Amino acid sequence: MKDRLFYPPLLLGLIALATSASLVLANAATRERIALAERRDLQDSLGQVLPPGHADNELLADAVEIAGADGKAVTVYRARKGRNVTGAVFRTSARGYAGEIDVVIGVGTDGRLLGARVVRHQETPGLGDKIEVARSKWILGFDGKSLGDPPAEKWGVKKDGGVFDQFAGATITPRAVVRAVKEGLEFFAAHRAEILAEGGAS
Amino acid sequence: MKPDAIVRNGLWDQNVVFAQMLALCPAMAVTTSGVNGLGMGLATTAVLVASNVLIAAIRRLVSPEVRIPVFIALIATLVTLVDMAMNAWLHELHKVLGLFIALIVVNCAILGRAESFASKSPVGESALDGLAMGLGFTLAVTAIGLVRELFGSGTLFAQASLLLGPGFAFLEMTVAPGTSGMLLMVLPPGGFLVLGLLLAGKRLIDRRGSGA
Repeated sequence: MKDRLFYPPLLLGLIALATSASLVLANAATRERIALAERRDLQDSLGQVLPPGHADNELLADAVEIAGADGKAVTVYRARKGRNVTGAVFRTSARGYAGEIDVVIGVGTDGRLLGARVVRHQETPGLGDKIEVARSKWILGFDGKSLGDPPAEKWGVKKDGGVFDQFAGATITPRAVVRAVKEGLEFFAAHRAEILAEGGAS
Repeated sequence: MKPDAIVRNGLWDQNVVFAQMLALCPAMAVTTSGVNGLGMGLATTAVLVASNVLIAAIRRLVSPEVRIPVFIALIATLVTLVDMAMNAWLHELHKVLGLFIALIVVNCAILGRAESFASKSPVGESALDGLAMGLGFTLAVTAIGLVRELFGSGTLFAQASLLLGPGFAFLEMTVAPGTSGMLLMVLPPGGFLVLGLLLAGKRLIDRRGSGA
């Protein structure tokens, strides 16, 4: 049986079938749990980019979809205190050294950055991963910055004449995070009226 | 093969990195610190044991012409399953180790053990071989990581608590506080330098052992 001509392709086909089937099953079994865990992560990071006491509403329940610069919809979560909108939290991203870096930023109604956190990246362990708050305080350096402070030409890493530190051995990663945060602030500035509009999904 | 020979081969005589010179890509890429090396090593060990068991179990069914694609399909599936399962049930650990898991697919040591051991041996021995080879790999990448970390950033086991839990915070040591370290050691050339030096060290020990 094993030395028949049809055996190897048949075996390969069966293995391919069995492996893909197990992947389909595993995907079905884990999809919901992964989505739930990621939603919890998102909720945690949404909370982290707002100073304590800045919002008293359920952020995930107060979202608006706004078309971003590249045509893709950006989900903006609104922070409220009582009836007033006190800020907006949304995801922005830029291409890093190894794939997209996703950053969640919180912006106050005055356009100042309340906080930024990297929620997903594939940068080099030990070099580029200093953008995580658990590994370095670097990301906290963005707090309080806005589009005019520092001025537009200073929105970059020090190597490019900007005000933000780069890391030893990794410039592309922090450069991408700076760009992501800056683009996020520009997005907020361009859509400020829509984001802060009263009513909506409150 | 006798169990003690399998263990000895895996940990020292046929060490994946220091004797077989396999898996150098992950051994260089993630060993910028001891904890990164340890994380990669443990994740690899888990996959290696599972893939050895699976391949030993079906070894009589696989015809030699297509064994390599069959092994690769099984290993890639296994890694993806581990990745999904960890993401779903051990989400906190996945956040730390997730980075390394995708890299395991390209670890030629796994295919190497499938081809040279598991495809010719019973399930039990293959499991032991996977465990020993995996721990040998863990030892090697942790050692490379620790040396690079010591000279590159002046710390040992920094951020161990992120990987192993807060109980292991006592492992974290700052050997040279306030120094920024030698950047070279963290960059890829440092990996080659440290690997070469450790390799020479192992040869020296082996020679002394046999020559005396």
